[in-house]
Amino acid sequence: MQSDYVFRHKHLLSMEDLSVQDISFILQTAESFKEISTRAIKKVPTLRGKTVINLFFEPSTRTRLSFEVAAKRLSADTFNISASTSSATKGETLVDTARNLEAMHPDIIILRHSSSGSPDLLTHHLQSSVVNAGDGTHEHPSQGLLDLMTVKEGKGGFAGLKIAIIGDIAHSRVAHSDIIGFTKMGAEVFVCGPATMIPPYLEQFGAKVCRSVQDAVADADVVMALRIQRERQLDPLIPSLREYASFFGVNEKLLNLAKPDALIMHPGPINRGVEIDPGVADGPRSVILDQVTNGVAIRMAILYLLMGGD
Amino acid sequence: MLLQNGRVIDPSSGLDGQADILVVGGRVKAVGTVKERDLPPGCKTYDLGGLWVTPGLIDMHVHLREPGEEYKETIASGTMAAAAGGFTAVACMPNTSPINDSQGVTSLILARAVGASARVYPVGSISKGAKGEELAEFGEMKTAGVVALSDDGVPVVNSQLFKRALEYSGNYDLLLISHSEEIFLSRGGAMNDGSVSTRLGLRGIPSAAESIAVYRDIALAEYTGRPVHIAHVSTGEAVDLIRRAKSKGCRVTAETAPHYFTLTDQDVGNYNTNAKMNPPLRSEKDRLEMIRGLQDGTIDAIATDHAPHSRLEKDKEFDQAANGIIGLETSLPLSLELVRVGIIDPVRLIELMSVNPARILGVEGGTLKEGCIADITVIDPEKKFVFAAEGIRSKSRNSPFIDRELTGKAVMTILGGRITHSELA
Ligand SMILES: [Zn+2]
Repeated sequence: MQSDYVFRHKHLLSMEDLSVQDISFILQTAESFKEISTRAIKKVPTLRGKTVINLFFEPSTRTRLSFEVAAKRLSADTFNISASTSSATKGETLVDTARNLEAMHPDIIILRHSSSGSPDLLTHHLQSSVVNAGDGTHEHPSQGLLDLMTVKEGKGGFAGLKIAIIGDIAHSRVAHSDIIGFTKMGAEVFVCGPATMIPPYLEQFGAKVCRSVQDAVADADVVMALRIQRERQLDPLIPSLREYASFFGVNEKLLNLAKPDALIMHPGPINRGVEIDPGVADGPRSVILDQVTNGVAIRMAILYLLMGGD
Repeated sequence: MLLQNGRVIDPSSGLDGQADILVVGGRVKAVGTVKERDLPPGCKTYDLGGLWVTPGLIDMHVHLREPGEEYKETIASGTMAAAAGGFTAVACMPNTSPINDSQGVTSLILARAVGASARVYPVGSISKGAKGEELAEFGEMKTAGVVALSDDGVPVVNSQLFKRALEYSGNYDLLLISHSEEIFLSRGGAMNDGSVSTRLGLRGIPSAAESIAVYRDIALAEYTGRPVHIAHVSTGEAVDLIRRAKSKGCRVTAETAPHYFTLTDQDVGNYNTNAKMNPPLRSEKDRLEMIRGLQDGTIDAIATDHAPHSRLEKDKEFDQAANGIIGLETSLPLSLELVRVGIIDPVRLIELMSVNPARILGVEGGTLKEGCIADITVIDPEKKFVFAAEGIRSKSRNSPFIDRELTGKAVMTILGGRITHSELA
């Protein structure tokens, strides 16, 4: 790592905002933090006295918990606000909520929201750092970073890798962050899914859109299945889950086309038997649980770097 | 008053040259060379050398928000903005609260417009409550003073109802203005469907949502033999459909707004809600097609779709923010840009912004002929100014053009012989 590199971001809003150097530095920092989670006393005083608020307008157990564990391992004080307890249901706007939180002087606000661009909106009204924990169908950068970390661990790097992402690309903020992140780091990303789930101009991120799932998976180093995001679709984009499973489900037969040592990934939670066969999800090549473990390390790195590191 | 030495541009009388205009009793008394001895006693004289003198500009598509949302705009503030932008008349869409679907609301609007800074021409709704279910009372509203009909804000989804509206409007000689949108395609969309919507993760509105609806409107206009006016055209495909329909003799007219020939979906940038409108800002290709339509006569009018919203509606998540921008005070400079770069000439500009809107709506104005009402706009085509938030006459500030330097401005607006706006010393 170049000695003159400094992480200069106040917020983490998208993978798009991060340079190759930024991403390498976050991954490197996360690797050094990973060990903390294996200690008997899983806590360092790094962010003691800092206040981290998890502001979640969408239900999410795993991302919220991952951020909370990360913050606590760094000794920050954490507070969770979810939509049901917030004033959003009483008509308070996101900007009002932000202003009220600001009055309590938090250091970091982690926002999960169903509207794309909502973390960007928050930054216009807050002094604190804002972390995007998933905004609409835009991005989910911390998930993207943990996916990068997992692939780096499994494959040693990114250059020349073929990564296949299968499923609902249009409604997957994870897919957006992943496509941007992997291509930025030198891998090739092939995507495939029902055409109703492929957004226009995907090539602008460097993704290659395949018509057949076999083309996408052939000789792949990584195969990632995405969750069907029924809750984000206005109307059904596929005739049935059964048809989806038989044409786009990741199963052993399909994986025979991939490299023998291909990593199997899924951002979770899994619809077993739909996007991915249970046997594949739990099989020897699956790194789905490593993704979860790495999530904590990545989020520790993000919180640490946004607070100025050191 | 005597307007001296200006460049008088009046397409209705084929005039483009230096002339004086004498206004007496709110009407144009003489155009040409006015001699000193013909002036009435106490006549005020304005030397307008270097400036354009044109028929008062007419904006055939604005939202004045009164009654119901006076915190965004009132008839008084909206017409002040109109006057400042060089407009002497505006047609206001019926999507107020309550909807202008009856003579009572029409009468209220006209009562509030007495003494306003511009003529206000109410547009009544096509369907009761703009719900698209039953026809509104066209006859009653016409009697009360509406000049046209539209469910603007939403399309008339039911083609049968739209056909009946076209037929029935014939009894009262009222024009139908169509907000052409195929809502199953646009539903939930926050911006144009394209590379920017993919980048920002926003649900897209395909351009076909407009062209499909425009084609339906044209087909029904052709079938019924009734005229239809297509509001806020934003796509190249729609321009093409209108061009073809016109060449076949179909009675279709169309308007576009300055933002559609000035901006593209790239201007949404990072979730700028002041670039959110419906129809949405489109691609560069669409923008260029809009300009071609203005050039070759396919598009008849420039209207603003002036849509005031307070910060409450705009300082929000992009997908939840309100659609629309204000436009009355920027329309002329943005349109003058087309003249400056040589796309259209000044005569065509005045056709688009005054003559044609008057003709399409069937209202007075759009001319400086002797004996006509003295609605006049004086334009300084070279005046540079920064469109600053503080100076805006509208009650709302939702414009993507704030802080832009613009060139060309109305420096005097005259409504029936009364000065409603002046920047002359
Ligand atoms: Zn409309």
